[in-house]
Amino acid sequence: MLKIEDLTVEVNGKTLLHDVNLEVQKGYTNVLFGPNGAGKSALMRTIMGFSEYRVVKGRILFNGEDITGLSVDERARRGLGIMMQRPPDMSGIKLKDLIKVLSKGKKNPEVLAENLDMTRFMDRDVNVGFSGGEIKRSELLQLAAQNPSLYLLDEPESGVDLVSIEQVGMTIKGLLEEGVNCPGESCEKGKSALIITHTGQILDYVKADRGYILCNGTIMCSGNPLKMLEEIKNRGYEECIKCRLMK
Amino acid sequence: MQTDEVNLKSRAESAAEKKAAFGEDFELGKFEEGSKISKPIEDLETLDEESKRTLLQVGVVPSEEGRSGSLLVLDNAVSHSSLKDKNVELMSTQKALGKYEWLKEYSWKLVSVDTDKYTAKTYLENADGYFVRVPAGKKSSMPVQTCLMLNSKKVYQTVHNIIIVEEGASLDIITGCTSKKGVEEGLHLGISEMYVKKGATLNFTMIHNWAEQIGVRPRTVVRVEEGGTYVSNYICLKPVRSVQTYPTVKLEGEGAVTRLNTIAIAHSGSELDLGSRAIFNAPGTKAELISRTITIGGRIIARGEMIGNAKGAKGHLECKGLVLTDKGSQLAIPILEANVDDVELTHEAAVGKIAKDQVEYLMARGLTEDEAVGMIVRGFLDVGIRGIPEELRNEIENTITQTAFGM
Repeated sequence: MLKIEDLTVEVNGKTLLHDVNLEVQKGYTNVLFGPNGAGKSALMRTIMGFSEYRVVKGRILFNGEDITGLSVDERARRGLGIMMQRPPDMSGIKLKDLIKVLSKGKKNPEVLAENLDMTRFMDRDVNVGFSGGEIKRSELLQLAAQNPSLYLLDEPESGVDLVSIEQVGMTIKGLLEEGVNCPGESCEKGKSALIITHTGQILDYVKADRGYILCNGTIMCSGNPLKMLEEIKNRGYEECIKCRLMK
Repeated sequence: MQTDEVNLKSRAESAAEKKAAFGEDFELGKFEEGSKISKPIEDLETLDEESKRTLLQVGVVPSEEGRSGSLLVLDNAVSHSSLKDKNVELMSTQKALGKYEWLKEYSWKLVSVDTDKYTAKTYLENADGYFVRVPAGKKSSMPVQTCLMLNSKKVYQTVHNIIIVEEGASLDIITGCTSKKGVEEGLHLGISEMYVKKGATLNFTMIHNWAEQIGVRPRTVVRVEEGGTYVSNYICLKPVRSVQTYPTVKLEGEGAVTRLNTIAIAHSGSELDLGSRAIFNAPGTKAELISRTITIGGRIIARGEMIGNAKGAKGHLECKGLVLTDKGSQLAIPILEANVDDVELTHEAAVGKIAKDQVEYLMARGLTEDEAVGMIVRGFLDVGIRGIPEELRNEIENTITQTAFGM
């Protein structure tokens, strides 16, 4: 579904990512680990196509198509959707109006909002004065309305209180399993995801298939995400930089 | 003739050539005087379809549904006046001056006749206009609508309006200022004097909708007494040659409050010099002056001024301007003046382009760049008109959508 080949990315002339190789197969949920400043968010934003991120080498394939040169909206229309960590304040744009536009009449905005306990935010300006947890729920609500086939989730649990984590986790699980009636169908009908996580809490709700560790702007290794998480928790990223894990 | 009238006349005559402090100087001699005679229009529904559409575009409903009363001025003639609501008085200014001796105490008392040549001309022409009064404790059940229309080519229109909201009363007014289709050149001079008495509320919404070669010079002063509230929404979204206005609200009684909202779009060839001024002359008075302007090729000057002369005065001034093309320009001029201690006046001004991260945020949800910009622009302007009635806001949002960007 998503294939990244030898990707090198610059922002303002500074190299943030180099020679990144990564893959997410259809119906798979892959996880991206890595210390602060490793370039995880930059990788996600590059996949989504934000113009600040300039690809100087390599390419991004989505469903076999090279989307490296496509604009953000062209990628969104092909099925990519992102949950941002720090989305901009959208003064003057009410959440309900945005959700209405995104759901295109296919989904009922009120039901979506109710499921995420966001009904009372529908008349508020998007992201303006939202708390950390409210931003996550607002982002998920938008994604639910947008209905992408590949979810790029940038730290869905950060800044969320313990009670809300379950809500966020269950919502993501629900979105990824939408339209799947039995486990056997997931490769055929299921949604795909690439999730950045620091704490791994989200993995209590979402079954992850493969993990990647990004350090110093490139992928160090990949493998079983739960084992990786355990290693990281026990020994930190020092070991991963030496690339002992899973190899 | 009484001495104060003689006095006013001589002051007006001496100001006949006086240029205004701001804006392009229009030579009055280049325009014909607009006719003071017009066939009375009994029912606005009998107007031709084109004229009805023109009225609708400035929030004036020809069927008069949802309105307490209506008054229409064509060029310099009041040609329609009707009233359904017993809680409101509505008639032409000249008729009211004839009817009420006391009205002299309100006429030309807030706006000086010698402010500039436009006020002088309006005085010397003995201009007509609308008079609206709500007696003490009464409330207009629905908005009163008035329309000032330039009906003939190359004429000047002089209008004098007086609004009085008596103690504890409340009034909503929608005023549409516009030109008949095909009238592309002209001059509109409009004097408005508004009195908001103790504990009274006036919601005043003005929509301007002119044509490429029309000059517009409104002169408005509002006096708000103790505990009174004055809210103004000014909207100008279509092409015009030049608008220069600087409405002033004098907060004269303790706890008086005002909020002035301005939203405007400057098209190529338009110059919009839009100001708002609040003068805090009593303790504990409050003001909020909000301006949201966009240029798509024209020039915008957004002025805002707050003068704190009394303790406990609190005001915020916000001028935000978007520049959507390289040809347009935005100039924000905020002025704050505190003449006593214990005054809190703040301002926030920002001009520039739409933030790219906002556009891409919406694009990442699947909107095209144009759709994203359109949504942001509508949201930007929407902040400036959040105080106005829902129904009218929908009309204005439609206008923004249809006219400004073809969205």
